[in-house]
This record gives sequence, C-alpha cells and structure tokens, in this order.
Amino acid sequence: MLWPRLVRALVSRPLTDPAGAAPAETVAALGERLATTARARLGRSLAIREVDSGSCNGCELEVNALQNVAYDLERFGLRFVASPRHADVLLVTGPACRNMAEAMERALACTPEPRWVVAAGDCAVDGGVFKGSYAVHGGVGAVLPVDLLIPGCPPSPAQLLEGLLALLEAEAAPRQK
Amino acid sequence: MSALGLIRSGTPQGARPFERFLLTAQAWAGLPAALAAEPSLALLGLWAEPGTVHAAFLDEASHAVLLASAPAEGGRYAALSPARPGAIRFERAIRDLWGLSAEGAVDDRPWLDHGRWPVAGPMSGNPAPRPGAEPPQPEFLPVEGEGIHQIPVGPIHAGVIEPGHFRFHIQGEVVVRLEARLGYKHKGTLGLMLGKTARAAAAFAARLSGDSTVAHGWAFAAAVEAALGLEVPPRAVALRAAMAELERIHNHLNDWGFVCNDAAFAFPHARCGFLREGVLRACADAFGHRLMMDRVLPGGVAPDIAPGGGQAILAALDAVEAEIPALLRVYESHASLQDRVVGTGFLDPVHAARFAAGGFVGRGSGRAFDARIAPGYAPYDLLAPAIAVEAGGDVDARVRVRVAELRTAIALVRRLLMTLPEGETLVPLPARAGEGAALVEGFRGECLHWLRLDEGGVIRAVFLRDPSWLQWPLLEAAIEGNIVADFPLCNKSFNCSYSGVDL
Repeated sequence: MLWPRLVRALVSRPLTDPAGAAPAETVAALGERLATTARARLGRSLAIREVDSGSCNGCELEVNALQNVAYDLERFGLRFVASPRHADVLLVTGPACRNMAEAMERALACTPEPRWVVAAGDCAVDGGVFKGSYAVHGGVGAVLPVDLLIPGCPPSPAQLLEGLLALLEAEAAPRQK
Repeated sequence: MSALGLIRSGTPQGARPFERFLLTAQAWAGLPAALAAEPSLALLGLWAEPGTVHAAFLDEASHAVLLASAPAEGGRYAALSPARPGAIRFERAIRDLWGLSAEGAVDDRPWLDHGRWPVAGPMSGNPAPRPGAEPPQPEFLPVEGEGIHQIPVGPIHAGVIEPGHFRFHIQGEVVVRLEARLGYKHKGTLGLMLGKTARAAAAFAARLSGDSTVAHGWAFAAAVEAALGLEVPPRAVALRAAMAELERIHNHLNDWGFVCNDAAFAFPHARCGFLREGVLRACADAFGHRLMMDRVLPGGVAPDIAPGGGQAILAALDAVEAEIPALLRVYESHASLQDRVVGTGFLDPVHAARFAAGGFVGRGSGRAFDARIAPGYAPYDLLAPAIAVEAGGDVDARVRVRVAELRTAIALVRRLLMTLPEGETLVPLPARAGEGAALVEGFRGECLHWLRLDEGGVIRAVFLRDPSWLQWPLLEAAIEGNIVADFPLCNKSFNCSYSGVDL
C-alpha cells in the first residue's frame, strides 16, 4: 500500500505549492529571496532552535506546521535543530516566565555566535495578555537580547517564515558594503 | 456516611448546573476515609480561594457532577490524596498558589512554585514578599537498586514542544521510574482573571492551552452562562460544537502523525500534517483564525461563520475522510511501526480508573467516559456521538481511539453545518452575581471550569482544570518498564498539555 503511494507522489505535482492558497504563494516567493540573502551571510542554511519560554502552545502548533509539506521549511535551507549548540537562531515563543528565565539564559549561553534571537508571538513580543503577572518578566526581551519580533497570536506559519527571512536580509545588509 | 451523602449533607451554595455543598471542616475531614470506601466517586479537581478549599467529584454510576467546599481553618484542610492519588498535584499547587496546607498529604513538595516568583502564595490574599533568595534545588523521589542511574531531560526539549523537566531513573535501558517536574510555564493565569469581567477574562481561558482553545473557551463561556442563567442562541451552540469538533480533528491528525514520526515512520506524519493544514486553512476561511482562538465568547460566538466557510470546511473534511482508510492500512500493515506501538506504554485500566483519566488516555484503557454523552450538554444531547473505547491501554489503543474519533467528529461537523440554525450568534451578558461550572469535552478530555461572579459581573473566584491534570501522573506509570527510546512515543500518545496544568 505504501510503495505505490510513494511512487505516485514522486511523479505527481508537489503538494507544497497548492494553487490559489495565498500563504503558499507567499512562502514560495519568500523562498526565492532566501536563496540570495542567506547565502551571503550563512551559506545556504539557518539552523533554528525553538525555545518555549511559557507559551500557551498555540505558537508551537504553528511552528510545527512550518515543517509540514505545505510549507516545507527545509527547501529554504531553514531547519530545526535539537540543541542550541547547533543553532544560529533561537526562536522563542511565549512570555518570559520567571520559572523559565534561567533555562532561557542557559540556552542563549549555549548558542554559538553569530546568533539571532527571535521573539515569536504576541506574548514573546511584550508579554501579551500575561503582561503584569507576578509569574512573568514580560516579553522575551526582558530576559534575552531580541533581534526580531514576529507578532501574532499565534503568528501563522507564513508570518513566521516571512519574519525569519526578513531577519536574514537585515543581517546580511552591512556585510555587503 | 457515604462520601456522596457526606457531601450532600453540606449547605447548597446555589452553583449551577452542578451544585456546590459547603461542608464544615470536620465533615471535610471525614471525606478521605469515606472516599477510600467509595471508589465510584471520582475526583475531577481540587482548588482553593483564600481560606476555602474546593473539590469537584464525578459519580461514575450516575455521571452526576457535584462540588464540595470547606473552610481551611488556620490555613489547613484534610488532604484527599490518601484516598485519591489524583489529588496529589492539586494539593501541591494549592499550597504554592493559595498558601493552604493539606494535612496528611501524600506529597508536600512544591509544584508550581520553583522559588522564582517575587512573592510566596500569590493567590492567598496576602502574598508574602520573597526577596531574591536562591531558588531551591528540586527533590526527586529516590530509587534504589544496582546500576541505577539518572537521565535529566529538560525543561527545554529537543523537539518543538513545551518545556518541562523529566527525571528518569534507569537500569540499563529500562525506565525504573520517571518523574515529571512541571510548572515552568506558570503564567499566573488565574490571578490575572480575577477582577476582570467575564468577556475580558475569556482571553485567558482561550490561552490556557492553545491546542484546546475552543474547548477551554467553550467551558469558560458555559460556566459564565450557567452562573448568569443565560441561554445561548441555537446558532452559537451549533457553531461552538462545529469548532470543537474541528479542533478535535486537527489535533487527532497531528497526534497520529507525530506518534508515527516518533517511531521514525515519516509517511503518515507527512500526510496527516498536510490534511491537518487543509483543515486549519478551512477554519481560517470560515472563522478568521486557524486555531479558532477567541471565537467562543461568553454569550455566544463571534464572528459568525463566513459565507462559503462551510463549503471550505466540508471540502477539507472530505479529503481527510477519503484518506483515513488508506492511512490506517499503512499504519496497520507495517511491522516496523506496529512493533513500536503495540504493547508500548501500557496504562493499566485500574490506574486509569483510579485517576479518572479522561480523553483518549482513559478511553484507551477502558474508561468509557465522554463528557459530551454524560453528563452531556447541548447540542450533543441531540447528536450523541458514538463513544470510542479501547481496552488495550498501549500507544496503539490511544491511536485507535483517536482514529475512531476522527471519523465521528467529521460526521458531527457535517451534520452541524448542514443543520445550522439561522439567527444571531451573540447575546449581551447581564451584569449580575452567580456561580457556575461547566464540563466540556476537548480533544484530550473533559475541561472543567468553575467561577463566581459578583453583582457587577466581575470574576471573584475561578479555576480552570485541564484534563491533563489527571493524565500526566499516568504517563509516569505507563512508561515504567519501557525502554528510554520509547519515551517520546509514549509521551506523544498521551500528549498532555504543559501550559494547561502550569496555569
């Protein structure tokens, strides 16, 4: 049952570019941008370590969706890695919970330079609805030096991808002087 | 006196639809012994407010829910954990949040409080400042034996998942004991809800656990509506159920795929991920949000389903339904996959019953409980779904419950959308006092919400209980005797919420 399906998948159109779906078109367009800017700075890949500093897990659902065949993150050379030691980017979701602050700092200390910290989601931007609680410091920026904010509750996979690529462009610019 | 009789002998407090009985401290102290003699009365939750402790019970025979309260004189109350192991983590959390101690508790270690908040007992009414002391090291239950060693994992895990610490005690490859330490995501959710209007506080219920945003949003809204004695328009009821079933579908697809992926079998993961993406995009078309967050509000649903949204959903569901048989054949016919899921992570039905575990964890171990059927609520009273129960108790059984529920949920959404009543979807909330509770079946089990509103419609007391409270401890039982490499598989088959229990 499996092999015929795999063979059919090999000879049919990729699922990754469904006609008429706006997010997929955005993703495809952004993929071309990555090819020029990311190479200049980091070769062709960007390793991302996702850190959840206290989200409701909505952001994790959308970050995981980035890896499904509709978005196929890896075609852009973007991939998730299991350790901050292998990462170029810390993608942090959720408000900076006090109970997570030390783990966040340790993850940053384990991430080699050059590195970028991305705060993804409204909670990571400024604490979101959890702002002012005794249990949170605020946004991710209250604990880590943040390079990029991606708002949204949760940000859609397309927004997340757009943000990651925007970061690459911004970082690549000074090098081109 | 029986535990039921003991609770009903208390003074009714006028909570709807489940009555809350106020017991004396002495009567409450008789509960542990009475509960020990009456295993059919399941503990659903245990929480507090300053000076008072509350418990929710389910009579497994009649599926009646009732609440019990007692004053915590001198900051103490009798522990229920000697009779109900599910109470252990609640008692630890009550001490951390409300500063009330459970006398005779099985476990008195801290739970949510890691010693990193600026105050102790933040919900106690008079939190004590705690200036910058060094956070204490966590204590784990000891294990004795030859060649035992420990594997600490987390709070940050290797995958894109929520943070929590797992302490494994290992003998060779075999897990002798797993202990979870959670609370890393404690956001002070309950404290933030106090003093807010029901409408304003709904955002917190919707963000208790993002994957269950509809179920928790619904449970919260239903508790508010019960407290106010408010009827919701029929169109809103149907739309809530449609969204809740869509949430069940996208999560079950996700879990099915991830279980296969954790057994290094990528094909079902790829297909489930693609089908799920279709469902989420249809949800975005119909409701304006992929996860349908903040769509269920106290008083109804807003905004109404978009024109053409129903067709988008039906098309996405047709694609899912068409592929389930083929995916199931792939799942069943690959020995390398079956070898990983069958017999792995066995949860003894006795444990599932003792903890009153809901959702696929309970139903995968023979506990036939589904809040949609009993105690039941609209619109399921007219569309009672078939309950999916498996007796196997292993990873495979929990997957099979999900696959069966995928099919019933698809049928339910179709019926709901085809018979969608006309009319308004949101009614204004009257500002009046009341106390209400609700039990709503989310994808991972029943969500229990309770709250009390004052005359201005402002929240004075609230508790949101995710089903994971009673499932997390069972993961520790299910992993015992398995190899370490099967932990991700077991964990995904449970898929408990971290945020939901960390509050």
